[in-house]
Amino acid sequence: MSEHIVSRKVYFGIFGALIALTFTTVLVARYDFGRLNAIVAMTIAVIKATLVVLYFMHVRYSSRLTQVIVVSGFLWLFIMIAFTLSDYLTRPGWPVPGLK
Amino acid sequence: MAESHAVVHHPALKHHFENMEQQKEAGTLGMWVFLLTEIMFFGGLFLAYVIFRTKYFDGFVVGSHELDVTLGGINTVVLILSSLTMALAVYYSQTGNRRLLIFFLFVTLVLGLVFLGIKAEEYSHKFEHHLFPGPGFQWSGEPGVGDQVRLFLWIYFAMTGLHALHMIIGAVMLLFLIYFAWRGKYSPEYHAPVELGGLYWHFVDIVWIFLFPLLYLTGYHLAAGH
Repeated sequence: MSEHIVSRKVYFGIFGALIALTFTTVLVARYDFGRLNAIVAMTIAVIKATLVVLYFMHVRYSSRLTQVIVVSGFLWLFIMIAFTLSDYLTRPGWPVPGLK
Repeated sequence: MAESHAVVHHPALKHHFENMEQQKEAGTLGMWVFLLTEIMFFGGLFLAYVIFRTKYFDGFVVGSHELDVTLGGINTVVLILSSLTMALAVYYSQTGNRRLLIFFLFVTLVLGLVFLGIKAEEYSHKFEHHLFPGPGFQWSGEPGVGDQVRLFLWIYFAMTGLHALHMIIGAVMLLFLIYFAWRGKYSPEYHAPVELGGLYWHFVDIVWIFLFPLLYLTGYHLAAGH
């Protein structure tokens, strides 16, 4: 198994996508979608981060062991935030975004 | 006999590895394990942000509106561009082009310093307007949300400050990489430090990809008046 060299073409393509997504996130932030604001912004950010991880950080071409480690890291972060919110957002009187 | 055995090994191969491939795989895995601890390091602050944002949403929108979307946006483009130049540096280390490797490491370093310069400009503006959440904090905007805005700005300074610290460490790392590249230490067979440095640099970029919308864009619709 020799090293996989990502071509410059791929790097420039990913760069273009990241710049386009940056302008998209700024443009849509000018509109108020209420509770959807954060979801739209985070969806775009997650797409951008995924492109960086897969191509700039070569995870798409890395060993299966490295891929498992990477996914597990983001999974634990998700668990930490989701489980904590399942507590806070269900507390009496705690404001839920978008619901007044 | 011992000598003929020695020449088949690459000089950068540490004795506890079988071959260069295994050494590189171990290095990549180790770097990612380190980056996972970084995810949790920043993760605590992201969690604090999420909790306080749900609790004090109005103050977060008003506080976010105090940040400069133009400067934050420029910095986002600067960082993404620096990730491209870092990726190209890795490419030229893999293909053994020493001159372009040094060139792109240098461009990455310059872009990192541009980012820090713009960040410093933003910080000094906040201090001048008494928006740093210290003893000098004064809120003269919308009444009733001053404490919430102060909390937002504390999270802003904590998260961007920790991010800026990572940028400074990244800049020092680039100086070392440039020095060793100039000394001709890296080759298509051995360039793991450039690759692992790249992983670190891209990770810091990813943190900013989340910080920019969460901190700068949360109150941006107020500016547009929609």
